[in-house]
Parts: sequence; structure tokens; C-alpha cells
Amino acid sequence: MNVLRLLVVGTLLHIKQISRSPFEIAITLIVPIVQATLAVYLFRAGGEQHRLLEAAVGAGVMGVWSSVLFGSGGAIQGQRWMGTLEMIMLAPRRPVLVILPITIATGLTGIYALLATLVWGRFLYGIRLDFAHPAAFVVASVVCVIALGMFGLLLAATFVLMRNANALANTLEYPVWLVSGMLVPITVLPSWTGPIAAILPTTWGARALREATSGGPVWPSVGICLGISLLCLALGGLALTHVERRARAAATLALA
Amino acid sequence: MGSDNAIEAHDLRRTYKARTGWLKPKRTEVEAVRGVTFTVGRGELFGLLGPNGAGKTTTIKMLNTLLIPTSGTARVCGFDVEKETRDVRRRIGYVFGGDRGLYDRLSALDNLRYFAELYGVAPRDQKRRIAELLELVGLSGREGERVEGYSRGMRQRLHIARGLLHSPDVLFLDEPSIGVDPVAARELRRTVSDLASTGTTVLLTTHYMAEADELCDRIAVIADGQIQALGTPAELRHRADGRRVVEVEAYGVPESAVDALRGLPGVRETAVEARGALQLLTVHSDAHVDVQGDVLRELAGIRLGRVDSREPTLEDAYVAIVSAA
Ligand SMILES: Nc1ncnc2c1ncn2[C@@H]1O[C@H](COP(=O)(O)OP(=O)(O)OP(=O)(O)O)[C@@H](O)[C@H]1O
Ligand SMILES: [Mg+2]
Repeated sequence: MNVLRLLVVGTLLHIKQISRSPFEIAITLIVPIVQATLAVYLFRAGGEQHRLLEAAVGAGVMGVWSSVLFGSGGAIQGQRWMGTLEMIMLAPRRPVLVILPITIATGLTGIYALLATLVWGRFLYGIRLDFAHPAAFVVASVVCVIALGMFGLLLAATFVLMRNANALANTLEYPVWLVSGMLVPITVLPSWTGPIAAILPTTWGARALREATSGGPVWPSVGICLGISLLCLALGGLALTHVERRARAAATLALA
Repeated sequence: MGSDNAIEAHDLRRTYKARTGWLKPKRTEVEAVRGVTFTVGRGELFGLLGPNGAGKTTTIKMLNTLLIPTSGTARVCGFDVEKETRDVRRRIGYVFGGDRGLYDRLSALDNLRYFAELYGVAPRDQKRRIAELLELVGLSGREGERVEGYSRGMRQRLHIARGLLHSPDVLFLDEPSIGVDPVAARELRRTVSDLASTGTTVLLTTHYMAEADELCDRIAVIADGQIQALGTPAELRHRADGRRVVEVEAYGVPESAVDALRGLPGVRETAVEARGALQLLTVHSDAHVDVQGDVLRELAGIRLGRVDSREPTLEDAYVAIVSAA
């Protein structure tokens, strides 16, 4: 349909635009290696060699998250710089249809980080890629990307309003990594982080991936992850409509 | 509301609020537009002229829904710009000057495809429409190249093609001829007047008087956020009636000599414009006073080029209006 076509074309073009940035290319080449290394040494030091694959997956999800975070913050800011934010917001479309392709695109470029981390883990550290549920792993990866894209949308709403969106993106990177248990299991975190973790789609996405890797009931986590994502989509859509108006009143769509 | 009007602006005002500093925030307010009222008829080509910072872009952005007016109302094609935003957006095109506003790492074709999709151009019409517009702006054959490799003028032309994708009823052109070479600028003017003659309403801002004179049915001169004069180019020229203009080409005129000119009897305005090595001095005087002799006397000892005394043009009228504001 019309709307679906717009989303697909938009996503493809934003992937093109993102993947051609020299900065982005450098990041996506180097970061997965660093993350694979980090995961391996962190877990080796903890004497948990048997969990290497799980660690590599966790590190990969962190990459996806960083990509979405900097993608949705950075892309909005970048488009403000390029002067394209005004042009796309000027289209006679719901703001959510304009912004969603950007955040999905960043989620998709992020999945590359996940795969690359696994591949590097395989080649550099000999991590054996034997997943407990390979098929479920693929499904969980896709759901994870969608979840991150939708969560990114919710974030993007705030970025449209804020002139210096990058500052917020920077402060959100590490806390969400930690709280959603992408690298260390939630059980080792202080208890107050529990409720926060429970409402973040990233927690459930990371959990689904871990379960698909080392065994466990994958589908409930996938389901919850999808549910929260849809909620994010609905909220993000509403917020964006509101924010678009605010931005027109405050003149924050353009740089000055 | 008269349906003959494509644009109706009523007492538009816009204040920009800015906060600077974190610890001791200082609020600053800029009154960019202070009560602008005008109408543009369907198919009319309307010019908005004024010095830098006069409020032209702000006015356009209120009309094209990018900014919400601080007060006042406006309708485009009969729809309220603040409340019926999407109805307005479907019917308007927006082109601004400069080289921003495009996806640099994508090709021209990808840029156009994306915006065709955003504007809901039917998939089966997209190819033809895009080819048509590439031809119109003279970018055919180069549409596959990335925009980052485009010259400034090529980007500008791509902007124009993008603004026309959905065949808008009302076109907002904010300094569309910036950075465009003379031949391309002439083609651009022809394109714009063709659009207007086939029924598209055009609101144009420009700093080139000749362009405004040639194209516009009516012109509003705006300064300090307010309309100072509004009329056909011929009517505006009358604002300089009763004046005569002396132009002198000179080399190395000191500031003091210009001040001295300003004090001559009968002189109303003076302006100096640097043109490479030479300076062009323009002296407006009352028509019945011949100031040329006095002017040349004041400039004695300075190397002069061509000296000319002539009837005022639209540009002279513009200078008169703006300096009176
Ligand atoms: N986003 C903004 N925040 C604060 N002030 C602004 C903003 N945009 C414009 N202004 C101010 O509003 C005034 C009018 O600006 P505007 O861009 O409308 O002028 P203009 O007539 O288009 O000028 P130019 O010929 O240079 O394009 C200027 O004083 C400008 O500094
Ligand atoms: Mg301007």
C-alpha cells in the first residue's frame, strides 16, 4: 500500500545515506571488534568461558543500541544540519511516517554490528557459533531491530524538539546498556533498576537473544518485546505529532 | 474569505524567543515580523523584497506552515496555515536558496524519488514526472551522480525540481536564483513565469531588482518586519518620482567624501557599492535640482570613471522606500 511503500522507500534511502558516511563506516568497522574483544576479556576474567557466545551476542546488541541511539539522535540532528529536517517535516504526511524510516534504518545498520561482532568473535577468539535455537535466534534478531527502531522513534520525538539532541544521546548510551542487561545479567544489578529494565524493549530483546543462544523459552520474551515496541510506536507517533507543533512554535526545525 | 485569493495573510506577527547561557539564562526576543497583511490572487506572481533580516523568510515560513505565527492568521488555498496544516502542505511547494536541504550522499534521482514518495506522487507517474523535471532544470544525464559532487547552481536546480514534483498550486520561492549563473537564471525566470501563466501562484523573494521587475505582477517591499510599500513594479517606480539619480564610478572614495555628498543641497540619499576595484556612487536628488556639478566638485582629486545622470529605476525606488523606513 501507499504507506508501506513510503516506509520501505524511506528506509532504503536512509540506509543508503547512513551507510555512505565515512564516519559511520569507520565506526561500524572498528566498534564490533572492540566489542567482541571487550566481551571476551570481560567474561574470561570472570571465569565464565562457557558463556563466550552469549557475551558476544550481548556485545552485538549493544552495537545495535548504539546505532539506534546515535542514529535517531544523530540523524535528527544531522538532518537539522543538512536542512532536510524542514523539508521532510513539510511533506503532507504524519510525522511518524517521516521519522520511522530513519530509526528503522539505524536499527538495520545496527544489526550489521551484531553480526560483525559474532564474526569477529569467531575469527579472533574462536568463539563457536552453536546456538541453542538457530531459527529463533534469527527471528529474535529481527524483532530486536524492530524494537530498537520503535524505541528510537520515541527518542526521536524528543530529539526533534531539542536543538542539541546529541547531548541526550550521549548520556543515554551506557545506562541503557547496563540496565537492560545487554552485557551483564540483570540479576547482578541493584534492585531499583529492575522496574526500569522491565519496561525497556531492549531488555526483552536482549533476553530473547540470550535465550536463543544458550537455551530457554525464547518466544515469551519475543512476544513481550514486540508488545512493548508497538506501545512505543503508538506513543512515539502521538508524541511526534505533538512535538512537530511545538517545534513549529519554537522554531527548532531549522538551525537558527 | 474570497476564493480568488491563493494567499491571504492578516496581521501576521512572529517573535523569536531564544535563551542563551545555562547558568544565568538570558532571554532575548526578536520581533522578526510585525503585522504583515496582504493577499495574493490565484495565478499571481507576487514579489517580496527587502533588506537582509527584514522578515521575508520568516513570513514565507509562516505561510508554508514551518512556523506558527505568534499572532495573526493566514490562509493558503483557503486553508488555515496553523490548523489545516496538511491541506496546505499538499498544495504548496517550497524552494529556498543555498546549497542545503538535500541528501548529499544520495543521487539526485534518489532525492527526487524519496520526495515524490513523501508527496504521494502515484508510483506509475513518478518516473515520467521526475524525468520531465530533470529535463526542465537541465540536470538530465547527471541524475545518477551524488549530490555532494554537485555545484551550487546544480543543487539549486535540483531544489527547484523537487519543489515542483507534486505540481503545487502555490509555490514559495525564497531567493531561488542565489548562486545560479546568468544563463541558468534566465531559464529559471522563464520557468517561473511559465508556471505563473499556467495558473500556479508564486510568492518570490529575491535581492535582484531586475528579476523582480521582470517577473512580478505585484511587489511588497518589507523592512523591519513591516510592509513599507505594495504595488505593481510601475506603481513602485512612482515612489521615486520627483527624483533624479546621478551615478559615478570612482576609485578609492574616502568615507568623508561620501558624507560630504550627503550634505549637499537637494541630495536625498547616497549609496556606495563596491564593484571590484571601483566603487559605484549613487546619489538621489530632487528632480529639479541638478546636483551633478556639485557632486563632481566634491569628488575633485579622486579618479573617476563613467558619470551618468538618469531617471530612477525600480531599484532606486526600492532604495528610497527602504531608507525611508
Ligand atoms: N530561528 C531564529 N531564531 C531567532 N531569530 C531569528 C531566527 N530566524 C530569523 N531570526 C531573526 O529574524 C529576523 C528576520 O529574519 P528573516 O530570515 O525572516 O529575514 P530575511 O528578510 O529573510 O533576510 P535575508 O534577506 O537575509 O534572507 C532577523 O533579525 C533574524 O535574525
Ligand atoms: Mg531570507
